[in-house]
Amino acid sequence: MLELYDGSLDVSDILKRWYEEEATSNYGAYIPFVGTVRSEDGIDGLSFDIYEPILKSWFEAWQQKAKAKGAVIKMAHSRGDVMLHESSYIASVFSPKRRVALEFIDEFVEDFKASAPIWKYDLIDGKRVYAKDRSTAIKGSGILGK
Amino acid sequence: MIRVEFLGPIQKEPLELEITNLNQLAKILQDDKEMTQWLDNSAVAVNDTLVSSLEAPLKDGDKVSLLPPVCGG
Repeated sequence: MLELYDGSLDVSDILKRWYEEEATSNYGAYIPFVGTVRSEDGIDGLSFDIYEPILKSWFEAWQQKAKAKGAVIKMAHSRGDVMLHESSYIASVFSPKRRVALEFIDEFVEDFKASAPIWKYDLIDGKRVYAKDRSTAIKGSGILGK
Repeated sequence: MIRVEFLGPIQKEPLELEITNLNQLAKILQDDKEMTQWLDNSAVAVNDTLVSSLEAPLKDGDKVSLLPPVCGG
């Protein structure tokens, strides 16, 4: 399940709803990761662009990997502006046993950072500044260069 | 006609080009000063599937997307 929202995430509502959705699915482990905007470098918040077609196919490939291990992934992400101390990202793994979920959440979030087509901007003095230094080129990038 | 879209922070309007492969697109964009900072670090998708070489042929109506470095979360 992939959920995209305009603005910040209602973390309590999403985690509670996902918990209730799987409460009787016989999963022994539910491991959520919540990403929250921190105050640093004078930013007022962050802002995000998402390219949905490729995000959806990337997520679906991970869901198939999870399914092969008897697990399920749920993810929520913000579009647009998210201010300090609000949350922009939740990834959760449900699995029969804890080890699969612990390993999966780590692999999933790392690949999310490296591959998911989402662009981050710092909000500074009302301007949207691309977070170039914190961004990662997608694997296989650069084929159009000299 | 091939539509070329520039995603995220690349501030460039889409192009409509009469090209038949990505090599031709590479040459066009290499001559575009606006694109200098993006070509070496952007991934390329054809019809929303990432590609790893310039050899893939393009056909009329295809969409090419350029994806600069990402940072979700």
